Amino acid sequence: MKPAPFAYQKVRSLDEAVALLGGHADARLLAGGQSLIATLNMRLSAPSLLIDINGIGGLDRIDAKDGTVSIGALTRHAQAERSEAIARHVPLVARAMPYIAHPAIRNRGTLGGSVAFADPAAELPACLLALGGDIEAHGPNGARRIPADAFFKDLYETALAPDEILTGLRVPAATAETRTGFAELTRRHGDYAIVGLAATARAKGKGLADVRLAFFGVGNTPLRARKAEAALEAGDVEAAVAALDLAPHDDIQATGAVKAHLAGVLLRRVAAQLMEARP
Amino acid sequence: MSDTSLGITLTVNGERVSERVDARKTLVDFLREDLVLTGSHVGCEHGVCGTCTVRVDGEIVRGCLMLAVQCDGATVETIEGLSDAGGVADLQAAFVERNALQCGFCTPGMIVAAEDLLKRGGVPTRAAIREHLSGNYCRCTGYQAIVDAIEAVAQARAKGR
Repeated sequence: MKPAPFAYQKVRSLDEAVALLGGHADARLLAGGQSLIATLNMRLSAPSLLIDINGIGGLDRIDAKDGTVSIGALTRHAQAERSEAIARHVPLVARAMPYIAHPAIRNRGTLGGSVAFADPAAELPACLLALGGDIEAHGPNGARRIPADAFFKDLYETALAPDEILTGLRVPAATAETRTGFAELTRRHGDYAIVGLAATARAKGKGLADVRLAFFGVGNTPLRARKAEAALEAGDVEAAVAALDLAPHDDIQATGAVKAHLAGVLLRRVAAQLMEARP
Repeated sequence: MSDTSLGITLTVNGERVSERVDARKTLVDFLREDLVLTGSHVGCEHGVCGTCTVRVDGEIVRGCLMLAVQCDGATVETIEGLSDAGGVADLQAAFVERNALQCGFCTPGMIVAAEDLLKRGGVPTRAAIREHLSGNYCRCTGYQAIVDAIEAVAQARAKGR
């Protein structure tokens, strides 16, 4: 199908974009467009105005400073995939990147767009939740930061106000003690996950501390599995699997019961990754 | 200000093009309908099948997941441009030789995606070839012959043809 008609405006500044968003209740921001344009083509959404933010300068930078990595919202997946700073300081994202769609889509799709769109089966929202970073947003009253734990509200719903723009992600830079894990199950390489798991932890002696497990594809948002986190910190992988309290619904890919089982399978794999020494 | 149709100027296969287009028109529809470059195909129209794969500013993209208006100022290359420049002649010959196509609908996208991998140089593993083509559907061949053709070209190019 073809998109319904809409107006298009390419903006050069955040304030210009925010003003347009405020004046058009059904406007949509166009970043990478790899989800948005598909929904336009299928007429699942029909905004009156597309605000193209790709002309706003400075939103595609990756900076590591003082233990924090700032990732601009317009950073493309392919750019993050090639980035030495991401590989060194945010190894979880480097690990997840090859699972995201396909090369032609990674050339366009943006990290900010993926987090703002908040698809419940997407990799990056879960990575952000596992990293425990902040989302930076810009609105009519200026900039603010939203912790990842408070960002994902419901199905495709985030803490962003209708006239706010996600401008960047801030995540803690990995240290020598940082451990990460990532796994997902799909029917076909590059598809959205049936179930996936992104995880971070801190090595502490022979065990793990500060474990953060973020499952995706099992609910309306990426979900922390806090009881399982505590069990992993106590060093018991099987207890962590038993403590999983996810209640995934049936969907087109699998029944809830199958997804719940697969979540346990992934947890064992990711727990093994977390226990590996960092190369 | 914002409008439902806009003037754009871009370079397509080395030629400068200025057209007025509807904002809602995708890049691949613009190429096919306005410029009559029908080598890029329209399959699923939502980014899954890969048959609309073209190059924008040197990088492969889905022609159905970009709007023509986004390409104002860009350099676009299609299968026609790549074919005319001759750089993919060996890939095309290898596809024919190994029956790496049957109906041919996916072939333009396959060639553009394969060239994107091969232009990096070296001989990619079969797994790397499959990974790079994972976003391109073929419903005829079962992919084996496509991977064979691309691998053979990579080896031939590595030997200096």
